[in-house]
Amino acid sequence: MATPIPDVSRKSARRTELGDRTPRTKTGRVKQQLTSKWATTAAIVIAVVWTLPTFGLLISSFRPESEVNSTGWWTIFSNPSFTLDNYTSVLVSSGASSASLGSYFVNSLVIAIPGTLIPLGLALMAAYAFAWIPFKGSGPLFVTVFALQIVPLQMALIPLLQIFTNMGINGSFIGVWIAHAIFGLPLATFLLHNFISEIPGDVIEAARVDGASHTQIFTRIIVPLSLPAIASIGIFQFLWVWNDLLVALVFSGGTADVAPLTQRLAELSGSRGSDWHLLTAGAFVSLVVPLIVFFGLQRFFVRGLLAGSTKG
Amino acid sequence: MDLATYRLLQDIGGKLALLGIGVAVFLAVVGLILFLADRAPKKARDKVQLAVFVAPALLLLLVGLVWPALQTAFTAFTDGRGTFTGFQNFVWMFTQPTIVTTLLNTVVWVVLVPALSTAIGLAYAVFIDKSHGEKILKSLVFLPMAISFVGAGIIWRFVYEYRSPGYEQIGILNQIIVWTGGEPQQFLINSPFNTLFLIVVMIWIQTGFAMVVLSAAIKGVPLEIVEAARLDGANSWRIFWNVTVPGIRSSLVVVVTTITIATLKVFDIVRTMTGGQYETSVVANEMYTQAFRLGEPGQGAALALVLFVMVLPIVIYNVRVMRKQKEVR
Amino acid sequence: MTTRTRRAALSVAGVAVAALALSACAPPTGPGGEEIDCTDYEAYGEPGGAVEVYATIQGVEADQLVESWAAYEFCTGTEIQYTGTQEFETQINVRVQGGDAPDLAIIPQPGLLQRVVGSGSVVAAPAEVESNVDEYWSESWKEYGTVDGTFYAAPLMASVKGYIWYSPNQFEELGVEVPTTWDELMTLTETLAEGNTDTYRPWCVGFGSGDATGWPGTDWIEDLVLRQSGPEAYDAWVAGELPFSSPEVTAAFDSAGEILRSADYVNGGYGGVESINSTTFNDGGLTILEDQCSLHHQASFYEAQWPEGTDVSENGDVWAFLTPPVNADDPASVTGGGEFVAAFNDEEATASLQAFLSSAEWANIRVGLGGVISANQGLDPANAGSEIGRQSIEILQGSDTVFRFDGSDLMPAAVGSASFFTELVNWIGGKDTAQTLSDIDATWP
Repeated sequence: MATPIPDVSRKSARRTELGDRTPRTKTGRVKQQLTSKWATTAAIVIAVVWTLPTFGLLISSFRPESEVNSTGWWTIFSNPSFTLDNYTSVLVSSGASSASLGSYFVNSLVIAIPGTLIPLGLALMAAYAFAWIPFKGSGPLFVTVFALQIVPLQMALIPLLQIFTNMGINGSFIGVWIAHAIFGLPLATFLLHNFISEIPGDVIEAARVDGASHTQIFTRIIVPLSLPAIASIGIFQFLWVWNDLLVALVFSGGTADVAPLTQRLAELSGSRGSDWHLLTAGAFVSLVVPLIVFFGLQRFFVRGLLAGSTKG
Repeated sequence: MDLATYRLLQDIGGKLALLGIGVAVFLAVVGLILFLADRAPKKARDKVQLAVFVAPALLLLLVGLVWPALQTAFTAFTDGRGTFTGFQNFVWMFTQPTIVTTLLNTVVWVVLVPALSTAIGLAYAVFIDKSHGEKILKSLVFLPMAISFVGAGIIWRFVYEYRSPGYEQIGILNQIIVWTGGEPQQFLINSPFNTLFLIVVMIWIQTGFAMVVLSAAIKGVPLEIVEAARLDGANSWRIFWNVTVPGIRSSLVVVVTTITIATLKVFDIVRTMTGGQYETSVVANEMYTQAFRLGEPGQGAALALVLFVMVLPIVIYNVRVMRKQKEVR
Repeated sequence: MTTRTRRAALSVAGVAVAALALSACAPPTGPGGEEIDCTDYEAYGEPGGAVEVYATIQGVEADQLVESWAAYEFCTGTEIQYTGTQEFETQINVRVQGGDAPDLAIIPQPGLLQRVVGSGSVVAAPAEVESNVDEYWSESWKEYGTVDGTFYAAPLMASVKGYIWYSPNQFEELGVEVPTTWDELMTLTETLAEGNTDTYRPWCVGFGSGDATGWPGTDWIEDLVLRQSGPEAYDAWVAGELPFSSPEVTAAFDSAGEILRSADYVNGGYGGVESINSTTFNDGGLTILEDQCSLHHQASFYEAQWPEGTDVSENGDVWAFLTPPVNADDPASVTGGGEFVAAFNDEEATASLQAFLSSAEWANIRVGLGGVISANQGLDPANAGSEIGRQSIEILQGSDTVFRFDGSDLMPAAVGSASFFTELVNWIGGKDTAQTLSDIDATWP
């Protein structure tokens, strides 16, 4: 299709990119005034306070058991010691009845990837329909979808569990995927709709005049143009699923075959609440994937979230 | 390779295969439906396609959220075992001191978390705007967003860890207190301030979100207006309040809304850090405890309904903003 | 296949896999390496199939549990899928309400059993189980597994509460004796407190246990109510006929408070009174080994908490005596806890495993693996892995001992799993006793 593609993605990218430093049509001089010495100091204090807890955890996870539990992690600077034992014990060791964290790690991956793709795909389709297929009741229906965000997860657990049990998909990955899809849909639909509805109407009109069907418009125009938004919302959904505890607790059946890392970590936190050498290493294992996703894809992060909200 | 390792790898392989199959099946089904909708007879094509696009999402929502919500609303007026009890669960809620504390805690959460996260996030965004190393400074504060509530709970329990006076502290906060000559505190146990120390964790997580969104919004405020204000002789502080803040108003609404809803639903932090003990419970945690640990589904559902009512004004406000935006467009 | 130990096979992620691996190859061997003789298991038939067992038990104890039925699995061809989770107490309700109940659940409190039975999905115990229980358990243990006249759940393992752990070596050095009455215990406490240092106190206590923080305190109160006011008052209290604010329960709180709320007597090695709530129950007594404290009140299962290599014996590093009676000639009375096996269907494999778990054979196998005890009368105390275990079994089997089940486990959940815990935590934090007691009473449904 030879329809010229307007510059929507670049436009939104320009004003929302994380860490954008080029002074374009910006409020540069004002900021320079505000960015006084005090402001810089305050910023550094905030940055340090925000980083220190995670830093302490990371350091502690490499300290020998006896030291983690008896001296503060800051003493490592005067009395350096280093070990990988904590990681070995949380990742590898296991008993007859409990698997190692490594196995839960795989479960988390198997849950999180489809748990992101499925709601994203369905939300994208629904968002397109709400934005560009005029139909009766479209407005109220969309508002309802948005409003469903307020239903607390806890309210939905038991009825959904009953349905899953009847279908025989409880305690399986499929059940967990569907549950995550349901709980992720309202927000994903809302945010994607904001982005998609900003695509200029003449592009879509032109395609309609050329005789393109909704399926064609969807696959050839909407999906390619929405990639920045898909990426950013996808990252959020992935983090949400990866970090979830409650859905996993109920729909995974709690077995080592299906349960994710967070569940195991919460159990460790409860039953081994004072074994800091295991907790710190375990917590860090659970952080690795989100951190990779975060640092690898952070430039996509806010684009889609902002569509429709920064107009002022 | 010993057998245990072999089996572990086999197990991992099996699960990854399942992952691949799951994704492939989903994509194939969606693709096939879209393809078939495209081939539908011309007359009904638009209707068929509309159905194909919205039906899967709506169906899932109907089954997974709407129906359970209705069912819970009904359960709230029963004892959970099918006997209708009227408003008894609500009377119980407002007469039990522990539940009243829980409700008040939730109010404190919902006031403090959005306000402080947004304020700190906005200040930080303004402070570091255009500074050297803005990207790194942003990442540092945004990082907690990537950490699970469970992980954050562990991280902060470690920060708050308490050892009695005379023992070597292993939590940084108590160590700082000791260094400055104070008595170590049991941050998570001493009521009522322990709730504030839990709230700090949520603020720690949410500030990064507020900061990133608001930072992007600030960069979108047109320079001309700022310049005009400057020519009129306004100082930086006034420009911030009279130009920047109005310029990012709708972003502020999005940030506050999102954080408020997340705060009302907060469950994992309280559960992993105090288990709702020491008067720190919040509604989302208490409804789980009542419905599942204490076997009182009616009381749990009533709490859920209260939570629902608390979020309602926020959603109504947002819907009105959304309507206005649609009219403008 | 020779390099492959059973242990290795079992350490594979997921017990289901392990069970498959087991049934697929050579017969498993007993702890001594001997071949399994299946004649013992003929009574249980060969139902085959799979049974899911859901429980709270995790870690080493779960490994031992799985080991205890390995031969049963081999001989009956039944695959047992075991899931142990700390979230059991909430998840069993979720699963039952969601229609996804396991085949068997090992329920740690009679109160919870009653609630689960109330949901209508537990099936009455099969005849073989009931006859086993009639044969091997006392009437009162059967009663705990009975709801509204129907017998549902056979007892499994048990523990004796109210032990006071101490160090015999330390006692010898200090020249003090094990007390025989409550007054002597208080005198001993006073004597020990003369040796207080910055960190040493006579008692060490830990109430911390996640969302159940406070439960170790209920054991203190129960022990005292039973010993000071007798079994009748105890039963009335547990049934809700005697309120917490009654003189009997108030007296128990006052006596416990003389120790628990005294900065001179607690909390050795951890700090002041306030550190009781932040110290986990697992850690509670460990400072005895560092000579930071001398006395620790905790059930028989605390034996498993001592680090490897600790000499647990009458003249060793640690040992325990029962909380003494008020008068030396009072009848011996103890409180204790236990687990119950409830079934959610009456399939052949489920019933067969249920019967096995209620038998004396199983109790002997499981107790022989160490770490736990049972009130099963067919259990040979000699099988217990430790002296404390043997002593506890004899107490449980003895007919001259007044035995009462842990009261908080029997009370309604709103009290026994909620307000009793939280109010004890507040009480340690300094809340007035009378106020504490009337606040607990106010939550009784």
